[in-house]
Amino acid sequence: MKYLPMRVMLAAWAVCLVAVLCPPGLAQQPSSVNPTAQSVKEQELLKELRKIEGRGSIPDTKSYVIQQPAGRDWRQFHEVTLHWIGGIAILGMLVVLVAFYLVRGMVRLESGRSGRTLVRFNAFERFVHWMTAVCFITLAITGLNITFGKELLLPYIGPQAFTEWSQWAKYAHNYVSFPFTLGVVLIFLTWIAWNFPTPTDVRWMRQGGGIVGHAHPPARRFNAGQKMIYWLVVLIGGTMALSGYILMFPFYETDISQMQTAQMVHAIAGVIFVAIMLAHIYIGTIGMEGAFEAMGSGRVDVNWAREHHSLWLEKQIAKGRIEEPPTPQGKPAPAE
Amino acid sequence: MARMKFLCDADRCIECNACVTACKNEHEVPWGINRRRVVTINDGKPGERSVSMACMHCTDAPCAAVCPVSCFYTTADGVVLHSKDLCIGCGYCFYACPFGAPQYPRVGNFGSRGKMDKCTFCAGGPEADLSQSEYEKYGSNRLAEGKLPLCAEMCSTKSLLAGDGEIIAQIFKERVIKRGYSSGAWGWQTAYKETVAI
Repeated sequence: MKYLPMRVMLAAWAVCLVAVLCPPGLAQQPSSVNPTAQSVKEQELLKELRKIEGRGSIPDTKSYVIQQPAGRDWRQFHEVTLHWIGGIAILGMLVVLVAFYLVRGMVRLESGRSGRTLVRFNAFERFVHWMTAVCFITLAITGLNITFGKELLLPYIGPQAFTEWSQWAKYAHNYVSFPFTLGVVLIFLTWIAWNFPTPTDVRWMRQGGGIVGHAHPPARRFNAGQKMIYWLVVLIGGTMALSGYILMFPFYETDISQMQTAQMVHAIAGVIFVAIMLAHIYIGTIGMEGAFEAMGSGRVDVNWAREHHSLWLEKQIAKGRIEEPPTPQGKPAPAE
Repeated sequence: MARMKFLCDADRCIECNACVTACKNEHEVPWGINRRRVVTINDGKPGERSVSMACMHCTDAPCAAVCPVSCFYTTADGVVLHSKDLCIGCGYCFYACPFGAPQYPRVGNFGSRGKMDKCTFCAGGPEADLSQSEYEKYGSNRLAEGKLPLCAEMCSTKSLLAGDGEIIAQIFKERVIKRGYSSGAWGWQTAYKETVAI
């Protein structure tokens, strides 16, 4: 066995000592350490992404978003913008209708009643109309309650009563939406045949429909104004149903910003729908003599039909659909 | 009067989730509801940070503003609480909240979410302090006992701070100055419209 020189052994021992005393990492690290050099910074993330998201350890994936200030924009919409849109649309429409009534008054049946009537809407059509109408009024009141109730109702009935009512209203709103949607679909299918625009509608519009002036422009079963109401009900009603069902089944296919968008669409379309329906209710009741009975009893006077739907009346006469008034007690009128 | 706030020092959070567990246990929070959670950003990458987040008890709280039945109120300590007797479970507070704090017992088809539940800053609810009904609806009321929220009190790295906003901001500030770096006072700008100036 060869003898190692003492100097070599000492050198080896010194190397081992250095290796043990100094952890390998330390020798490689720079002298100044900045642990945040690559770290995320809250304000930078917010500026870049508008929301901060990460990984969580609970099943609720919504909770992985830790900050999304977009909720404040939605708040601004819900508490300020929507109040203005709703207030202007609904109150504005009421003001216009009252002013119009004061200036124009009820559109009279100028030729008086003939006593002879004809069927305007059959039982099925009236059922569809009134089912949708009752649902609409329920949905409108319970819907407006969500936006305006805390200002218009809560101060007068107190928090406990208001919560009772609002809880009930919320469920009514959700469940009545089903017959309402069915109603919109049935309206669409029942009346679509008469609601395509025709050249007659242009003439009708030019003459102000006989509402603004005193003309009696010819019209078929539905005039241009009614056709507009029809399409608005179909389109806005469809929008309401679609956005409403997204809200009713939250977070299935949507994230929070889409939920906010759905609520905004639902709310804006809703207040506009209410404003339009106020005009519809006006012209169907106090706005025009003889109009309500079309949807009430389903029968209208021949003179009413002549003034407002002359082309339709001609066809009905040709088909022999006019009914004479029943003579009182079946006695023939004196021949004097 | 103190203005109570939370502050999560993300540079100290080790994602142990003890704050989450403490909260669930202290208030007997039902399965599916998480008043507090820990979220990790850039998970597994350099610069990863974890943040413990719950209701931040905002100044001018958005949840309170959008609530259709006005069931929220702010206590003298600046804690945002709500009444489960008045809540109708519409879900609007969740849409407005910047921090995803409001929780509901059920998914919510047909508007059946149930009464909203969220972090109370361990301050109970509108019922009488420390009453049985308060405990059943909102959990324990540590503030009424003179204690701070349990999540922050038992945080092992003292990453999560809870208490008077000025005091916790001062603690955070001293730390940041001493160690020389910070990823920010998470959520402060959004919740309180101010941040901790270093």
